[in-house]
Amino acid sequence: MSATTSPAPTPVRRRAAAGPARAFLAVLWRDLYVTGRELPVFLAQVVLQPLFLLFVFGKVLTDLGFAQPGYTRVLFPGIVALTAVITGLQSTAFPLVIDFSFTKEIEDRLLAPLPVGMVAVEKVVFASMRALLAALVMLPIGIWVLGSIPWRASGVPLFLTILVLGCLVGSCLGMIMGTAVPPNRINVMFALVLTPLLFTGASQYPWASLDDLRWFQVVTACNPLTYVSEGMRAALVPDVPHIQPWVSVLVLVATIVVSLTVGIRLFLRRAVD
Amino acid sequence: MEGNGQGPVVEVRDLVKRYRKAKANAVDGVSFAVRRGEVLGLLGPNGAGKTTTVGILTTRVRRTGGTACVSGVDVGVDPVRARRLVAVVPQRNNLDRSLSIRQNLLFHAAYHGVPAAERSRRASELLEEFGLADRADDKPDMFSGGQAQRVMVARALMHAPEVLFLDEPTTGLDPAARLFVWDRVRDLRARGVTVVLTTHDMDEAASLADRVGIMDHGKLLALDTPAALTRGLPGRTTLEVAVTLDGTSAGELVAELGALDGVERVEQVGAAAGPPGGQAPGARRELRARLYLVGEAPLLVAPVAALVARHRAQLTDVAIGTPSLEDVFIALTGRALR
Repeated sequence: MSATTSPAPTPVRRRAAAGPARAFLAVLWRDLYVTGRELPVFLAQVVLQPLFLLFVFGKVLTDLGFAQPGYTRVLFPGIVALTAVITGLQSTAFPLVIDFSFTKEIEDRLLAPLPVGMVAVEKVVFASMRALLAALVMLPIGIWVLGSIPWRASGVPLFLTILVLGCLVGSCLGMIMGTAVPPNRINVMFALVLTPLLFTGASQYPWASLDDLRWFQVVTACNPLTYVSEGMRAALVPDVPHIQPWVSVLVLVATIVVSLTVGIRLFLRRAVD
Repeated sequence: MEGNGQGPVVEVRDLVKRYRKAKANAVDGVSFAVRRGEVLGLLGPNGAGKTTTVGILTTRVRRTGGTACVSGVDVGVDPVRARRLVAVVPQRNNLDRSLSIRQNLLFHAAYHGVPAAERSRRASELLEEFGLADRADDKPDMFSGGQAQRVMVARALMHAPEVLFLDEPTTGLDPAARLFVWDRVRDLRARGVTVVLTTHDMDEAASLADRVGIMDHGKLLALDTPAALTRGLPGRTTLEVAVTLDGTSAGELVAELGALDGVERVEQVGAAAGPPGGQAPGARRELRARLYLVGEAPLLVAPVAALVARHRAQLTDVAIGTPSLEDVFIALTGRALR
């Protein structure tokens, strides 16, 4: 077979350190590039829901006198929390369902020279970046809709910590949804998971105020979003009764560890037969 | 078998794959080796285990037993390294729909650590070579099956793999697109790229592959050059006859054909195909039989015609054939490929 006179294949020079880390960055760059190009669409997609929640509950109801003026101080941190978690969740779940069940686009990345589990991690990192952006955009939107938002400089470290954890929690849960749910059930799943998640996450009410509604308080305690909302309040409006920040951080870290482990396992099952 | 750089590029030994909840092995003890620069065709019907074999070699399927190596790298032990060495063009279009054609190529190379300047030079070369240069900025949505196939081959070559796996590269393509893919495979071969392709089309296997492996039910039944495979058949040449039966029993006629001098055996092929438009029961039926001969085929035409006439049947078609891979497949499995 060595007697061919045809031109040899064009040699390809690879980087000396063309390791998995570089492949990981390239895969992440692909996702950022695609999102960056459709940034306005992306923002409209993720910001509209919290914007309306903020507008109706924070502006309309308070202006009409159905809610007390102080309510926006409770609501706003909760809406930031909600945006972070829900955006993270949708940013992993939706694309994974579509990729694995329909377009198979992800295959080229599964064949990149990096461990398949790292592709799953990339999905979480990327979804968290999207969630982070969406949540941060809520700050100017809050000022615009409500006139002012609760903010204190000394709360910023805690705010950022909780924010990042919230984004990760949402993305990891989305990884589980996107890989565990069969494609024909995904519509039902989103309806059954998203709506309860939205309203049992203490984003529209402080958790401590549910003392008189014990069963609901217990239900809420099972939703990771509750700890993001409560952590946000601890950072921005500490005078409102809230769950101890260290409890929130602990619960969130534990949830991330467990759901990421489960999510990667499920991802591997879908990616490798 | 050991040796540095001179050993086989692909080496598979006693490979077994059983999918979760499956009753049988999808791949059941397959062994073969592919030399550098060779085009190997895996021929077999759907479900023969071809795609699973390719899946294991390209790290998308975890093997149950045996070993599979590419350039000495065990794909099960070090899949990350193996992925640098292989590229695969899948049956289904899996191009990135969010990216243009050129970007599909560029990002693929980026995943594989090809430096930026090199990426764009190579992408331009390949787009040109594959006749895609004028559509480089289009999205894959607008591409036909054949065009998407071309893009996927170009993409696969972006990281200069040691082995290119083509999984049923022409299934579902129109004749022109198919010929284009065939030409590209021949080019690759001329350039010294090792290719493993799967197909259920024996013409494709015969015309593209240096060696053909025949697979069925997860087993590799034979592996050799197309010429050697057909040479190994007992009946070297065949005479295929089509007869319109008018009342005579097909079985009787077949038996008498088989008894003719110089006929080794007879096989009924694609029987019961009547004239288009349907037919009433008991009406004229067509019999197609293939006679495997020991002697010269033309010498048998007259005796066959006479025999058919004696049965008051009508000879409608006669074809002399040298054995094809399909015959090899039938001889090995006892049934037709499709």
